[in-house]
Amino acid sequence: MKHPEELRYSRSHEWVKKLEDGTVVIGLTDYAQDALGDLVFVNLPEEGDEVMAGEAFADVESVKAVSDVFSPVTGTVAEVNEALLDAPEMMNEDPYEAWLIRVENVTDEEELLDASAYIEFYESEEA
Amino acid sequence: MKLIFERGKEGQGSALLPECDVPEFHLDVPKREKELHLPHVSENELSRHYTELAKQVHGVNDGFYPLGSCTMKYNPKVNEEAASLAGFKKIHPLQPVHTVQGCLEVLKRAEELLCEITGMDSMTMQPAAGAHGEFTGLLLIKAYHDSRKDTKRTKIIVPDSAHGTNPASAAMCGFEVVSVPSGEDGCVDLEKLREAAGEDTAGLMLTNPNTVGLFDKNILEITSVIHEAGGLVYYDGANLNAVMGVVRPGDMGFDVVHLNLHKTFSTPHGGGGPGSGPVGCKAFLKEFLPGYQEIRTEKGLSFVKPEHSTGDVKAFYGNFLVVVKALAYILTLGKEGIPEAAKNAVLNANYMMEKLKDIYPMAYQETCMHEFVMSLEKMKHDIDVSAMDIAKSLLDYGIHPPTMYFPLIVHEALMIEPTETESRQTLDEVIGVFREIYEKAQANPQEMHEAPVGTYVRRLDEVRAARKPVLRYRFEQK
Amino acid sequence: MGSYLPNTRQEQQEMLGEAGYESFDALFAHIPEEVKVKELKLPSGLSEMEVISEMEEIAQKNRIFRHIFRGAGAYDHYIPAIVGSVVNKEEFVTAYTPYQAEISQGILQSIFEYQTMICELTGMDVSNASVYDGATAAAEAVAMCRERKRTTAYISETANPQVISVIKTYCYASGTEVVMIPEKDGVTDKETLKEVLNDTAACFYVQHPNYYGNLEDAKELGEIVHAAGAKYIMGCNPIALGMIKTPAECGADVAVGEGQPLGMSLAFGGPYLGFMAATEKMLRKLPGRIVGETVDRDGKRAYVLTLQAREQHIRREKASSNICSNQALCALTAGVYLSAMGEEGIRKAASMCCSKSHYLQAELEKAGLKPKYSVPFFHEFVTVSEVKAEIILDALEKKGILGGLPLGEYEILWCATEKNTKAEIDLTAGIVKEVCGV
Repeated sequence: MKHPEELRYSRSHEWVKKLEDGTVVIGLTDYAQDALGDLVFVNLPEEGDEVMAGEAFADVESVKAVSDVFSPVTGTVAEVNEALLDAPEMMNEDPYEAWLIRVENVTDEEELLDASAYIEFYESEEA
Repeated sequence: MKLIFERGKEGQGSALLPECDVPEFHLDVPKREKELHLPHVSENELSRHYTELAKQVHGVNDGFYPLGSCTMKYNPKVNEEAASLAGFKKIHPLQPVHTVQGCLEVLKRAEELLCEITGMDSMTMQPAAGAHGEFTGLLLIKAYHDSRKDTKRTKIIVPDSAHGTNPASAAMCGFEVVSVPSGEDGCVDLEKLREAAGEDTAGLMLTNPNTVGLFDKNILEITSVIHEAGGLVYYDGANLNAVMGVVRPGDMGFDVVHLNLHKTFSTPHGGGGPGSGPVGCKAFLKEFLPGYQEIRTEKGLSFVKPEHSTGDVKAFYGNFLVVVKALAYILTLGKEGIPEAAKNAVLNANYMMEKLKDIYPMAYQETCMHEFVMSLEKMKHDIDVSAMDIAKSLLDYGIHPPTMYFPLIVHEALMIEPTETESRQTLDEVIGVFREIYEKAQANPQEMHEAPVGTYVRRLDEVRAARKPVLRYRFEQK
Repeated sequence: MGSYLPNTRQEQQEMLGEAGYESFDALFAHIPEEVKVKELKLPSGLSEMEVISEMEEIAQKNRIFRHIFRGAGAYDHYIPAIVGSVVNKEEFVTAYTPYQAEISQGILQSIFEYQTMICELTGMDVSNASVYDGATAAAEAVAMCRERKRTTAYISETANPQVISVIKTYCYASGTEVVMIPEKDGVTDKETLKEVLNDTAACFYVQHPNYYGNLEDAKELGEIVHAAGAKYIMGCNPIALGMIKTPAECGADVAVGEGQPLGMSLAFGGPYLGFMAATEKMLRKLPGRIVGETVDRDGKRAYVLTLQAREQHIRREKASSNICSNQALCALTAGVYLSAMGEEGIRKAASMCCSKSHYLQAELEKAGLKPKYSVPFFHEFVTVSEVKAEIILDALEKKGILGGLPLGEYEILWCATEKNTKAEIDLTAGIVKEVCGV
């Protein structure tokens, strides 16, 4: 399982990438996609929607389950990855390319983990 | 199998309608431009097509069908015969009331008998299914609080073991859903319930026996906790088959109930419907019932709309022919047969549980009601054989699998409801099959993932179906 | 007393013993005494012969009309003989929802075929596996269109009053505001619609042909609705779709309707069938079961319940609807009916409905019943008379004819289908003429 060093991670299994312009890109971690199994659909917010740190902004569906995706930051949705609507399998195949949303006007963020802390976190959670 | 669209050819068909015996009228409105593709088949081919499809269906008539929570009991033929009488089938729903006295009598008698069985005072037959009944029952609860201007009651309490329709129905009625955890014994945790109940409680939805097949002994306390908080209590009748004639929801403190006539009262399920989900209530809620009430007048039976009716949840009077079947069933069983059916349903379940519990761990050890839940968590952990694998293996023996992965609070759950209409011989055979599958799983766990091998199709690629939905046949463009 | 218990008393006793109980009382000992039933006030059970005889007696209290000129939501169409023979097959009748696809291909395929036929009739992209009836289909369609900022449903007054009632009930439950658009000259008042639609509008529902049988300006209504950014829901008559513009051609986002005309008996109002079809864009909001094509492990074509994560058993309180079951046996009925009729049969039935009802209208007019509206209609129309509707209908009833539905003291809503013969219509008009004294 891959968890790139340059990203930050939430305890609810999202990855966060901060861009130079101050906006933030959010996706599902490799660990999350593996645990959820084959994803078949994603419900995404719309551009301009507000997201709140710790609250659900999207959900992903597998054949027999649906799971919320939580935002690690507070801000406004600047962009959504509509390509996922036609190809949800991208979230399984390449979770770090398959970003869900990009957030701007970020005013708050929850405490995030680096890659090794994240791995430690989910391993302890599993145990 | 070919699709009906892949059979026959243009020009084939049946001579069904005569020539028009009045002058043809040319309607001066925009006509459909899109081609209309419908099958072109002779009657013989049509008949064979559906016979072939019927061979790829497992009904109660094809074999054991222990689908937990669905009460797949035998569907008596006399019910079908009653429902096929021309005097019921050929009646227009808007005929003058004096020409439909028989239909009103069916509705009235079914209402009276079902009220007696449930301990309710009034009932509407309008809801078409269990979920539809839930919606209707919650509507009564909403209308009741609204009528008292008690608008702060916005929450419906639902146990975490509840069927998904409960929270979904509550949400459709604009309620917020509060989930209360079950105790270790699978029953309602009274302390947690007391914490959840309050002045914002509109009501509680509950099945008893509950979704793990156990009778909640604290039922009187549960219903009084809610009543004391000012809420109402809703009985989900999905599991009534275990207790009909033995205990009545009305005597347990419930204010509203829905029944599933297609489960408890033996009307068939029809591959997923039509069902019937009547809703009964205590007298103080009667004025809010949707649909019509049948009343006796000097001129015979007549329809009235309850005073503060919530309107209609369906056109006309519900799935009338299904009610006819249920009435025939209740008349057949009568006061002796109704409790006897329940008792034998419970006996069959306990008998099977007893004969399987040494190798299949049961989620709860107590006396079960009409169904029991096994948990294959250990098997899954030890040899990677899941509830799904066991279920699919049953298919190769001509047995319909139990309900899988429900209730959600039991991991690797299989929920078995044998019903009262299965003989001891059948149960023994099925117990034998379960034991044989267990042995196979121990010997060759890998092979279990292959099952079924003898069915018309094997396990399906559900991911493909959901990712790239193909929901209709595409015709070749002419 | 009848019973369907296979086990003898002795077997029951043995089984009790093997399960560790002395008696049924012991088996039920854990149930508190205070809630147990003391005496059930039901009649004693009956033998099968007694039951069917009693049911026959009840059925005889109903009057079967040989000649029916009443519709208003339930229509007397010819049902081909093959329909009953297929639909009564025990496998179809006694199965449940096809959760186990490996042994349910017959039902799954029949639903896939049904979905295809509904898409063909309506011209829409996708169909679900059906819902309870046309009225609940309309109410579910309204619920589909509700969005965060668009929470008002606009409903044409020209729709069937029962459908309106069901929509209102569902909307009361969900807190959706309902605004009625008035009728003008027998159809929806377009000008009012244009005026009142605002940016909270979720949808507009129109029935076409409407309750009075009149054909709406369906395409223009759709344009008005879309201009306001709302969704357009059309309630359709499936037989009429063999002739008139499809809802897709009128711009509908969701098409719904009562499927009873497709091979189902009048049956005092049910079981019937609600069909629901939508544009591809609305697919995820479509409630209820949907069957999709896929392959099995060996690559063989097969069908399965799909897109289930929209549904209540997975999404619970966040589901778009609480519906679990469809009306599978009724969907099968519609499938067999449409297969037997074929394209030509449906077109012919539509044309006959239209021709017969226009002939009926002309004959009734000669007999003294004036048409209330002057707009095109399909197979229902309203008349106004000087004689009370009740008197006319009583006279017809005496001759075994179920006349139209009285709408007011002097107004009647008539319907004719392919089943009504010229002789029957002439007989009816003759009686009416006598009563009206023209």
